[in-house]
Amino acid sequence: MRGLPPALITAIVLVAGFAACAVQFPNIASTRVVGNLLTDNAFLGIVAAGMTFVIISGGIDLSVGSVIGFTTVFVALAIERWGMPPLVAFVAVLALSAAFGAAMGAVIHVFDLPPFIVTLAGMFLARGASFLLSTESIPITAPIYSTVSDFALRLPGGGRLTAIAIIMLVIVIGGALLLHLTRFGANVYALGGSRATASLMGVAVGTMTVKIYMLSSLLAGIAGIVFSFYTSAGYSLSAVGVELDTIAAVVIGGTLLTGGQGSVVGTFLGVLIQGLIQTYINFDGTLSSWWTKIVTGVLLFVFIALQQGLVALARRPVAKSAGAAT
Amino acid sequence: MTALLPRRGLAQILALIVILAVDRVVSPQFFDLRLQDGRLFGSLIDVLNRGTPVALLSLGMVLVIATRGIDLSVGAVMAIAGAIAASLADTHSLAVVLAAALGAGLICGLWNGFLVAVLGMQPIVATLILMVAGRGIAQLITEGRIVTFSSPGLVWLGNGAILGVPVPVAIALGMLILTGAVVRGSALGLLIEATGGNARASELAGVGTRAMILSVYVWCGVCAALAGVIAAADIMGADANNAGLWLELDAILAVVIGGTSLFGGRFSLVLAVLGALIIQTMNTGILLSGYPPEFNLLVKAVVVLTVLLLQSPKLTGFAGIAARLRRTKA
Repeated sequence: MRGLPPALITAIVLVAGFAACAVQFPNIASTRVVGNLLTDNAFLGIVAAGMTFVIISGGIDLSVGSVIGFTTVFVALAIERWGMPPLVAFVAVLALSAAFGAAMGAVIHVFDLPPFIVTLAGMFLARGASFLLSTESIPITAPIYSTVSDFALRLPGGGRLTAIAIIMLVIVIGGALLLHLTRFGANVYALGGSRATASLMGVAVGTMTVKIYMLSSLLAGIAGIVFSFYTSAGYSLSAVGVELDTIAAVVIGGTLLTGGQGSVVGTFLGVLIQGLIQTYINFDGTLSSWWTKIVTGVLLFVFIALQQGLVALARRPVAKSAGAAT
Repeated sequence: MTALLPRRGLAQILALIVILAVDRVVSPQFFDLRLQDGRLFGSLIDVLNRGTPVALLSLGMVLVIATRGIDLSVGAVMAIAGAIAASLADTHSLAVVLAAALGAGLICGLWNGFLVAVLGMQPIVATLILMVAGRGIAQLITEGRIVTFSSPGLVWLGNGAILGVPVPVAIALGMLILTGAVVRGSALGLLIEATGGNARASELAGVGTRAMILSVYVWCGVCAALAGVIAAADIMGADANNAGLWLELDAILAVVIGGTSLFGGRFSLVLAVLGALIIQTMNTGILLSGYPPEFNLLVKAVVVLTVLLLQSPKLTGFAGIAARLRRTKA
């Protein structure tokens, strides 16, 4: 099982952190808090699942936050001003975001440009487009929104598993299956391991690149719809900086930023860790929200240093045997 | 260095001239300058003045990118330095304030450089840590408030003038000359380019690649801190939330527009600063034209894409083939 050990470490950190929080504030260990944790981080979990694919393939996608912002504005405008039925609006915006991702992937592959800078341009483009659509916050009053936000599965202990949390869980599970059980997933790992090797082994590198960025943008679009359910509004400045939280979650989840290793489940755990830090800060009441950033930074450092150590360990015997063979 | 300028910088200079011309059409008084209270005023001066933070950032960033690295933390370092400067300004002398703020930038740069050069982390990842945590640290320093100050020395740094030239512009120019003299006046620039071109080969050839990488990140941190101090002095306050927010992207953009390849191996300080000016001239032009500032991002995106496509190894390949064909025909 590739990528399991780092994800296991993430799981241990999550459980230990949760236990430490629960000792201090026994109320944290309730389904109510856990349910809220899943709801509050639903959009982050969805977009992080997509980012995992991109990063495992050796790329990066900085545009996801802007795509979320664009989606919320587009959906709000389409439903409230243009009179589209919500479902049609959803399909339209998902098609748009998928096409946007595919275009970025195509530019990256065809012109052989670094993903970092191409998706940076994509980030400007999507955010600029959402500003052009509208700069004000547009409340969404369509009945489907109240239906979805009222829907929840009752958990034992008074917790609520909301619709958007369920969507996130389904996507995480689906993403994990796609990554670990399909040829597409195997190709993603192959690309991240070495583009040249993957190409020689018969992976259609160009098609794969387009598909991977398409997937990431599509999931960012879904995350945007979920975000609009969460806030019942569309706002062009929503989800600014989410790409950073997402990348942080992916890295804390044990995915190697150089590509080739990682798992969607680990990413999910990374999202939960970030949510847990936020929950702890809310419970404490005296700590300010900037501690979230500092603790996330420290965790990032610890995990990256850990990976660096693991990679160094993994490479050592290879180097030795190679030396012996020659 | 100057001998190389006309050939390599032609596209950038032309772009700047075109944008300036468009600005002139949009706002007829664009080139007007007037001297008031011993300081020049006018849209052009405004462009230079507002472009200073990004120009300073790009000075450090261009060296980092030349080593095949990237520094995402410069915006956060700006916020930290601004926060330190603002909280010390009214109780300490200007020298202490500057030393503390620039020292903080140096430490931040040292941290980034340590992660990249010694621990061997990927630059994007290594500097991501400080990018995320740095803003939190800055907010810790200001305790989440917007710290204001009235120390005349520090305010002068942001709003004063030397011989009519605004101080920030003079500082940026001074830093450009200083950096240029250090890296191009010695072999340092060449060694930095060698490190970016092929770190392993340079190492084998006797270049101290580790020291090179460490020092460019330190320099980048110091430049960012200086930009942060100037940005804080400009508004006479430090806002840890927004100071330098997303400026790392503008700085990277300036470097890329300046023709420095993200794959490392060569750089031009002057063109990077020119890139920063191009971005600012565009911003000011959009503001003056009365279009909503939201257009900024779209225009920036189009510019990035154009520059990228022009720089793309594939396209340069085509251009190279075309040039060879022309030569054989002639």
